[in-house]
Amino acid sequence: MGKRFWGFAMSGIDAGNGADLAAEEPTTDASTDASTDASTEASAEPSTPALSTQPVQTDPVGLGLLGWLRWVWRTLTSMRTALVLLFLLALASIPGSIFPQRGSAPVKVTQYITDKPVLGRFMDKIGMFDVFASPWFAAIYILLFVSLAGCVLPRTMQHWRILRSRPPVAPRNLSRLDEYRVLNVDANSQAVLDDAAGILRRQRWRVDTSQFDGATGWVAAEKGYARETGNLVFHLALLGLLTAVGLGALLGFRGTVIVREGSSFADTRAQFDSFAPGRWFNDSSLPPFAFTLTDFVADYQRGGQQNGAAREFSAKVKLTSEPGSAPEARTIEVNDPLVVDGVKTFLVGHGYAPTITVRDTKGQVIFRDSVVFLPQDGNYTSTGVAKVPDTVPQLGLQGFFLPTAAVDAVLGPHSTFPAPDDPAVFISAWVGDLGLDSGRAQSVYKLDTSAMQRLGIEALRPGESWTLPGGHGTVTLDGYVEWASFTVARDPGKGFALASAIAAIAGLALSLLVRRRRVWVRVSLAGNGDTVVEVAGMTRSEHATVSDDVEELTTALVASARISSSTPAGA
Amino acid sequence: MLVNETFAAYSNIFVYGSMAAYTVAMFAFAISLASTRGRDLVPAAPAVAEAATGGVALATRVVTTLGGPDDGARPPGRRAGNIGMSVTWLATILLGIALALRGLSVGRVPWGNMYEFSLTSAFAISLAFVVLSLKRDLRWLGIFVVIPVLLTLGLAVTVLYTEAAQLVPALKSYWLVIHVSAAVVCGGAFCVGAAVTCLFLVADAGERRAVAGKPYFLDGLARRLPASNALDAMAYRIHAFMFPLWTFAIVAGAIWAENAWGRYWGWDPKETWAFITWVAYAAYLHARATAGWKGRKASVIALIAFGCFVFNYFGVNMLITGLHSYSGV
Repeated sequence: MGKRFWGFAMSGIDAGNGADLAAEEPTTDASTDASTDASTEASAEPSTPALSTQPVQTDPVGLGLLGWLRWVWRTLTSMRTALVLLFLLALASIPGSIFPQRGSAPVKVTQYITDKPVLGRFMDKIGMFDVFASPWFAAIYILLFVSLAGCVLPRTMQHWRILRSRPPVAPRNLSRLDEYRVLNVDANSQAVLDDAAGILRRQRWRVDTSQFDGATGWVAAEKGYARETGNLVFHLALLGLLTAVGLGALLGFRGTVIVREGSSFADTRAQFDSFAPGRWFNDSSLPPFAFTLTDFVADYQRGGQQNGAAREFSAKVKLTSEPGSAPEARTIEVNDPLVVDGVKTFLVGHGYAPTITVRDTKGQVIFRDSVVFLPQDGNYTSTGVAKVPDTVPQLGLQGFFLPTAAVDAVLGPHSTFPAPDDPAVFISAWVGDLGLDSGRAQSVYKLDTSAMQRLGIEALRPGESWTLPGGHGTVTLDGYVEWASFTVARDPGKGFALASAIAAIAGLALSLLVRRRRVWVRVSLAGNGDTVVEVAGMTRSEHATVSDDVEELTTALVASARISSSTPAGA
Repeated sequence: MLVNETFAAYSNIFVYGSMAAYTVAMFAFAISLASTRGRDLVPAAPAVAEAATGGVALATRVVTTLGGPDDGARPPGRRAGNIGMSVTWLATILLGIALALRGLSVGRVPWGNMYEFSLTSAFAISLAFVVLSLKRDLRWLGIFVVIPVLLTLGLAVTVLYTEAAQLVPALKSYWLVIHVSAAVVCGGAFCVGAAVTCLFLVADAGERRAVAGKPYFLDGLARRLPASNALDAMAYRIHAFMFPLWTFAIVAGAIWAENAWGRYWGWDPKETWAFITWVAYAAYLHARATAGWKGRKASVIALIAFGCFVFNYFGVNMLITGLHSYSGV
């Protein structure tokens, strides 16, 4: 019972072997072949409907707990369920590509919820902004993988048995198979059988032979076991891939950091702007390297349709691979990360940080920093904020940095080219309470102007100063530095994931391209004393043919020295 | 490195030249199909000749060929089909030269933006067709391949045209060659597979209606196509051959992503739709092994999968912002 069940349940997983179990196949499926050699003679009959891929949907009512469980398991591991789950998986992925996702665009998610509070909050509740981490997405793929495991594991054991068994004996009526040739030859029957076996063995078929018993004898051969092996390897590799993804997420980490030219970064959790560790991640596995960004180089296309498109980004750094070691010059580029002890540092973005100095009325410096401004468009029109809390009243600056400055009525101050050809800032100054003492977390890129008064706005080129109205001191643009943003990440599961992916592709190629096929040669005595040689073959793979194998074997048999003459029977 | 404007200009000329050739091929294939006599959609009784000799039956099986019912074509139709094939070869070569010149003009593989991807996709569709036609007579398929090629090229030169230029830093990697070539070859073959699948649905519907004695509005087309089971087998072979390559394209993309962005999978819209496409084609392959899903239903899944592929190519780049947004579209 169980055996037959696996026979149909697992056929589902393998598209290529679908035809194995199709009604028009003249033999039964592999499990019958393997387990009941004695009954194989009868297996030339068309298979019974029980071998269809359709699960037996018996009524679970009144079966008790065990019956219920068995029914659930059968339904779950059936082909139809796997198909439905595949569809659901594809469907469930779609919102993840349409709506902003927390993992990749957290700012856009916040913006979406702010713009459409009711809809946004509802969508947030049902996981639309975290599709790939949502319970319903997990439910689909876990069910799919349970279904897959339920199919593949028993099928692997079955295939293991088949790999060690002999090819099935010849069906009684060879002429009913896909391919059939018959010859009358003037040769010794046993010799023909030996020739056939020899030819097939040389062509790496698995061969089983019988002796010529005076009336009849046969050779059975099978080839293409790699099809099912590949199919199983592919599905097991998918399980491996899922494990690798899970391991990587649990043990790895990912952090991002913005580093200005002249500044340094040390690989400790506190230095990251954002840090996402896996659940089993341990801080001690952060290698203690540090680097200083000495120079950031960018090059852009000048002129033409793609004016302003990036052509080169590279971050020159001085790397200290461990505390105390001598710093060495390295370059980090897009597609060329820095690798230290398995931790990779990727260059993912860049921008400008204008150096701003604020002096009080006495000329005393009360603020001097290169402030990171975030790019807003492809030409690096950037916005940023400087907060000067150590003065009364507190001072706040917010504005634009424009690498190539332009002003027009529609766009206002904006940049026309990403390179710093004509840099300028447009800064508005505010006085009052910055709101830093309220205890509420504030973004360093936003100014809370609810308790502040605007003093005015001014455009500054490097070296220029602006005396704030009302005796609040002066603001000077000293210049600018560039900054680069880096992603630092380690994924301990990726090697395993890659191995699984390679195994999956190899398995897939085998399972879709290899043909599983069987051939038989039977000899018997004709009325005139000639030997009748029947050569027949069938394939177990969808839309495949065995005619070339049968043709080749027939030709080889005819060419064999021991067959002195031959005539096609019936010709 | 500078852009060689002369090569870039010649590349454009060759693109227009190939489009002219494809147009000629399209008309030739149309004439060829129209003047084919067509076949009887009601299947003849299975021709199994039994010759009993010494108690041994000799079975002759009917071999379905993909030759199409063109053998009875009147001479003009046959000649038109041959002209169509030759001109398609010519157009493919012209397009290949256009791509080579485009690559030479910028000293890199011509896969830097949507215009170049589209040229390459059209080339891949066309190449898949002419390569498949080496082993079998595919004149009946010609028009259904040339039309998507022309549409792709038309879209490329009008909407997507981008001047020859250097790559953005994100694309400067040898993985560009591996990942994009695999994806583009898959795209070309999937397009041919989708065309054959559509024709299978037409032929299948035609045969069913013919057996039932009902009229069918595409009867004229159905009669000029090969038998539905042959079309089904051809579509399956194309998809089965391409599915491992598509898997490879995704894995190659993942390896590149790991090297560029620090993660091999991040559910970027492009990645998500590549995954959806993969799942849809996997569903097609599984459906073929499921009772009640073979044939028409499985074919519809294959077409949905191709729809996902096309959306991933055009829709994701143009409608959704993600890491795969390129310069010049």
